[in-house]
Order: sequence, then C-alpha cells, then structure tokens
Amino acid sequence: MTAATQTPMLAARNLSCVRGTQTLFTDLSLQLDAGQWLYLQGENGAGKTSLLRILAGLALPAAGSVHWQAQPISNQRSEYHADMLYLGHHASLKEDLTLTENLRSLIAMDGLKVSDAAIQDALTRMGLAKRQHLPARVLSAGQKRRGLLVRLLLRPAKLWLLDEPFNALDANAIVDLQECLKAHLKDGGMIVLTSHQTPDLGSDTAGFVLSLSRGRA
Amino acid sequence: MMLLSAYVAALRRDLLLVMRRKTEVLTALFFFVIVTTLLPLGIGPEPDLLRKIAPGAMWIAALLATLLGLQRLFAADHADGTLEQMALSPEPLSILVAGKITAHWLVCGLPLVLLAPVIGLQFDLPTDAIGVLMLSLLIGTPLLSLLGAIGAALTLGARGSALLVSLLVLPLYVPTLIFGAGAVESHIAGLGAAGHLYLLSALLVLAAAFAPWATTAALRISLE
Repeated sequence: MTAATQTPMLAARNLSCVRGTQTLFTDLSLQLDAGQWLYLQGENGAGKTSLLRILAGLALPAAGSVHWQAQPISNQRSEYHADMLYLGHHASLKEDLTLTENLRSLIAMDGLKVSDAAIQDALTRMGLAKRQHLPARVLSAGQKRRGLLVRLLLRPAKLWLLDEPFNALDANAIVDLQECLKAHLKDGGMIVLTSHQTPDLGSDTAGFVLSLSRGRA
Repeated sequence: MMLLSAYVAALRRDLLLVMRRKTEVLTALFFFVIVTTLLPLGIGPEPDLLRKIAPGAMWIAALLATLLGLQRLFAADHADGTLEQMALSPEPLSILVAGKITAHWLVCGLPLVLLAPVIGLQFDLPTDAIGVLMLSLLIGTPLLSLLGAIGAALTLGARGSALLVSLLVLPLYVPTLIFGAGAVESHIAGLGAAGHLYLLSALLVLAAAFAPWATTAALRISLE
C-alpha cells in the first residue's frame, strides 16, 4: 500500500486477527517508512485498536507477522520497544501520584534518565505547568490525556502508535498535538494512529489511510 | 546498571503509591495482629497449649495476611494501563515485576517479621524460639510474595480473581507453611531448626530465580 522499498522500517505481513468467534481482519499487509504516517479508519469494533496492539507486540496476530527493520519484533523485543512508543486509550497514569511523579516513574521504568527540568519543560509545553503538583485523580480527562501525550516529548522513539490521541482534547490542544506530530514526521519519525476525526498533518507529509470494515480490510 | 535502575524505579513507584494510600498496607498488618491476638483469647489461658500452637497459628496468620494484598498486586496497574506501558518498556518486564514483588514484600511481609516478637509473647514463646520464628518468617515471607505473584498474574482480569488467587496459590504455600512452622516446632522440641531453615532457604532461592520469569509469562498472556 505504500511505495515499495527494499527494507521498510515497519512491515506487517498477512496479519489476521480473531476475537472470540469473530474474524476482524485477514491477510492485512502494510509497510511504513521514515517520515510516513498511517491513519487507521473504521467503525467501532472494526479492529483498529486490535491492529495497533498487534503492531505494538502486546497482542499476537492469529496469523502473519510484524517486522521492524526486517526483523520479526518477537526476536528483538527490547530494541523494538526502545524505538516504539504506544499510547493506548487508558490514561496510564497512577491516580495517587502527581503528573511529575507519574512521568518520572514511567521514564525510569523505561531505563532512561530525564532531568526534572526537562519534565517541567515538557509539561509547560503541554500547558500543564500549573497542574504538575496535583494528584492525577483530580485532573480532567483532557488534562490526563495531555499528561500522557507529554511522553511523546520526553521519550525518544521513531515509531509512535497512538490510539485515539485526539480524544478529550480541546481545540487548542488538538492543534498543538498536530504540530507535534508534524515535527516528529519531519524528523524522520513514523506514526500509526486511529481517530474518529480526520487528522490534518499537512499536505507535505506522506500519509496513508487504511480503512477497516467488519470482516475485511 | 540499567537493569538495576529499572528495578529500583518499579520498587520506588510502588512504595510511593503505598505511602499515598496507607490503609491498604495497614489492612494486612491489622489482619495479622487481630487473628493472632484473638486466638489466645479464644483458646484460653493455657501456656502449654498456646506454646504448642503458636508457630502454626502465627504462620497461618502471616500466610493469609500476605494473601490479602495479592490480587491488588497487578490489578490496579492493569486497570489504569500502566502495566501495558511496563510491558512495552525496553527493559525486561521480569525486572520490573521483580521490583513490584519486592515492594509487596516490604509492605506486606517485612512488617509481619518485625511484629512477630510482640505477638510471640502473647503465646508465651521462649525468647530463643521467637528468634527462630523471626528467622523463619524472614526467609518465608519473601517466598510467599514470589509464589503469590504468579497466582496474581495468572488470574489478572478474570472475574472473581480474589477467590481464584487463593485457590491457585494455597497449594503452593503448603511447603512454606510446613517448613516455616516446622522450624519453630522442632527448635522447641530440641531438635534444631537448621534443617527446616535450609530447606526454606533453598525454596526461596528457587522461587527468586523462577517466579519473576513465570509471573512475566503469565502477565503477557493476561495482557493479550
């Protein structure tokens, strides 16, 4: 579906996904190269999240395989995880910890070191500077979502897998996020995202749309 | 070095969470104190009988107290999605899991060891027997946390997981209970506790090597 190159960065071959008795998709292949993004489209339950989870390596496909830099991801879990950032629709924040503590612990558990000043800076860029010392449970859904998206700024990763990143965000934050995504693509990053609203990442970036509809892709 | 820092990060985060929500820790501790305090009151003031049942009673109470906190070990992280992020960390998940198990022991196991001397007095245990009891709990409670983590991971996301954890884990706890309580009993009987304690230590080494790995495998299945 994308321009064929010798070794695409991310390639999925003949994926199928079965949930219970229902086959969500079969024989799905895709490839993605540096600077390209893929927008997954489809009705509720069409398998967008399932596909993202398979690409992230959280779920195993019923058939087929996912390759990162020509290697199956199951053979190089640690390397792949270092290059990949998956943000699901959970807040992934501990309710009792503040945003700073949450981010610090997530980063430390990734084996990375980021200074408190960098965390502070990233929180300011997402407009959360005033909220950083509040426990996450008192934040609104949109603020939690932003808190999670701060990880995009803090964690170096080539491939971003984003499940409904625009959910619960206000208009300004959506614009900010789209700028952030564009900058990532310009730096040679890759993005796979699902959304119910069509993302606008500019005409100068290479984007592709994959529509999933029930039973077939 | 990176492995160690990821381990410390997971341990630190869980301890910080406990500090924010102290009641959860105190539940296990209070349970242990209440059961071991009510037993002598219910059985009656017969020092010989109390001394005889003390090791078994205190070990059973410790075992059930650790079981109380178990189903929460991964359930909260699973519900808010942080477990997913841990599974996607470039660091091995088993290292992070080992950090979480250590935190569980520090919170649910270590306080029981430290409380044991006070409780032991209620059962009229001699001082040297209390020493052996503390030693057996010190070796045995990490073992309970390690084995329990496997059960907690296997039942993650299942309905009625609290009951399932108990059913899965209790048979695994039996050897720990037998050797742990046995150490104190044989010490009181004058046979020496060394044999039991060595066996308990061997079990601990075995569990420390395999339990984080088995827990990780179970978590990956649960996350799918």
